[in-house]
Amino acid sequence: MRELRIHGRGGQGSVTAAELIAVAAFEGGVFAQAFPAFGVERRGAPVQAFVRLDNKKIRLRSQVYEPDYIIVQDSTLIKDVNVFMGVKKGGIVIVNTEKKPDYVIPEGVKLITIDATSIALKAIGLPITNTSLMGAFAAATGEIQFFALEKALNHRFPKELASKNIAAARIAFDIVKGAA
Amino acid sequence: MALAVGCRARPGKARDNKTGSWRVFKPIFDHEKCSKCGMCKTLCPEGCVHEDAEGLFNPDYSYCKGCGICAVECPKEAITMKLEEK
Amino acid sequence: MMEITEGSHAVAEAVRLCRPQVVSAYPITPQTHIVEALADFVANGQLDAEYITVENELSALSACVGASAAGSRTYSATTSQGLMLMAEVVFNAAGMRLPIIMSIANRALGAPLSIWNDMQDSISLRDSGWLQFYAEDNQEATDLHLLAFKVAEDNSIQLPAFVCFDGFILSHTYEPVDMLTQEDVDKYLPKFNPAERLDAADPISFGMYATPEYYLEFRYEMDQAQKRAKDVIAKAGKEFGEMFGRDYSALIEGYRLEDADTAIVAMGSICGTVKDAIDEMRTAGMKVGLLKIRVFRPFPAEEIAKMLSHVKRVAVLDKNISLGAKGATAMEVRDALYGSAIPVKGYVLGLGGRDVRKRDIKEIVAFSEKGPNDQFYGLRKELI
Ligand code: SF4
Ligand code: SF4
Repeated sequence: MRELRIHGRGGQGSVTAAELIAVAAFEGGVFAQAFPAFGVERRGAPVQAFVRLDNKKIRLRSQVYEPDYIIVQDSTLIKDVNVFMGVKKGGIVIVNTEKKPDYVIPEGVKLITIDATSIALKAIGLPITNTSLMGAFAAATGEIQFFALEKALNHRFPKELASKNIAAARIAFDIVKGAA
Repeated sequence: MALAVGCRARPGKARDNKTGSWRVFKPIFDHEKCSKCGMCKTLCPEGCVHEDAEGLFNPDYSYCKGCGICAVECPKEAITMKLEEK
Repeated sequence: MMEITEGSHAVAEAVRLCRPQVVSAYPITPQTHIVEALADFVANGQLDAEYITVENELSALSACVGASAAGSRTYSATTSQGLMLMAEVVFNAAGMRLPIIMSIANRALGAPLSIWNDMQDSISLRDSGWLQFYAEDNQEATDLHLLAFKVAEDNSIQLPAFVCFDGFILSHTYEPVDMLTQEDVDKYLPKFNPAERLDAADPISFGMYATPEYYLEFRYEMDQAQKRAKDVIAKAGKEFGEMFGRDYSALIEGYRLEDADTAIVAMGSICGTVKDAIDEMRTAGMKVGLLKIRVFRPFPAEEIAKMLSHVKRVAVLDKNISLGAKGATAMEVRDALYGSAIPVKGYVLGLGGRDVRKRDIKEIVAFSEKGPNDQFYGLRKELI
């Protein structure tokens, strides 16, 4: 079983990202589970969402404490919340930032930084970073296929919005793939 | 008799309960004084005062429980409560 | 067909397929996406039902009582404080023997204010006469609605039913669910055709008063109907299995229990976590199994006693607490095992959304061998 924890702020679409990653993974024939850390729903408050992926039915219902993957939607969270807590050796952390890291990453963990905010502003015209980060996640982990992500986005959003988000995801996907 | 599921009942159940036996005082209606206003019929808690073909009001003594409300409320003082002979 | 969707939406879809004729609900907190989705279905013509919007939960269930008495298949959903506001009508609906189905996305009760999961809401109404089903995952949460309608509406039962699934933990979780088709559901669930209904042309009253000469017997009859429901569930659950491959004939289910020394008893979504913990403990050579309670009312006491007859000890998990006494399941399991020498220990845990992990289950299994009889598990000692 592989586990993903997403750290974001209320309103940044962390829960939607978790859901769409699960939908895309399911499309690829994997059993998937996505759920939020049920917090107080307030814009800007730190939030978490989780995804589990497995080849068999997932029964576990606790939150994710030892993730294989972490997505940090907002790098300012790093100083407030222990976002790297419990990450597995060999795990992958994706951080939305345009800066070089000034924080310490746990040993044996791969850090990928991507300026999802700029990508989103360019492709969508709004600072909605979750779809770019989904693209980065697909490229970095191989857990979801890009076409499946595209399908999930098309299913979730009206046509125009979906194509803008797909464009954002594509840019991030290509950047991460190119860097690999 | 078996219970009705959900304590359901057809209307008219209250008719089985002949409250006339509860009476100590019995209302006597004086049709001479009566103005046919119908207050007695309206206010009787048993709904047992009926209007006849001539527009006169009479209680059904099998249900009249002798509460005396009609006697108190009658504007013409046409109803008097008499001790029931038992 | 397998689809990945949110628990609330899967339940809403299952309810739609059951063709309720009247849906009444209060749409604001505490509520789930279920009634929101049903409102959409009615608005866009996918569900031919009367959708009654009301000013609060008391009215929501009252509207359901009227609709059900008039002979409509009737549905509502609520949780937590919403269910508490309904409480008076909850008892009345059962006493009038109206087979209303209500989804309960289990949540804690205030005060203190909590929006998170536990089972205090529906458990607090365990004496109301409603059948109570508890789902482990979103597949069960959807399937149990069909079963609930079928059993509740059976002429020999005529009782309402809660279909409970853990708030947030299931209601807000995306996971794959095998969705049935309208054709499937129509084959399984006949039209609601009550023997008696409100009809202006042929008047009848529901829930008339019963004097002391009659009241006791009415309660006895309700209790008898609850007990008859065991057989009706077995039959309807078996039929479900034959048609759709998932058998719900049993009120309880064992998991790796056949040769277990320690049995964990639990209800709802926690059973999944318990199963994973059991697999790990089994790998480590520990003989642990799970008894999952799917139907809490009628309470399967004899079935539990039989299934646990061979174990050395029982640990009961309760996401509820009867303050001043114990967790409800622990009390009833101990009662079911009365006369046997098997020790039963109760653990109150996960209240108000406290997360329960595999390691907690393992610790409880260790406690069950030597710890105290009943306890709140996972207390933060520094706070008390
Ligand atoms: S209340 Fe008096 S006056 Fe009026 S109808 Fe009755 S008996 Fe006659
Ligand atoms: S005495 Fe009471 S019950 Fe009898 S007729 Fe008058 S109001 Fe009705």
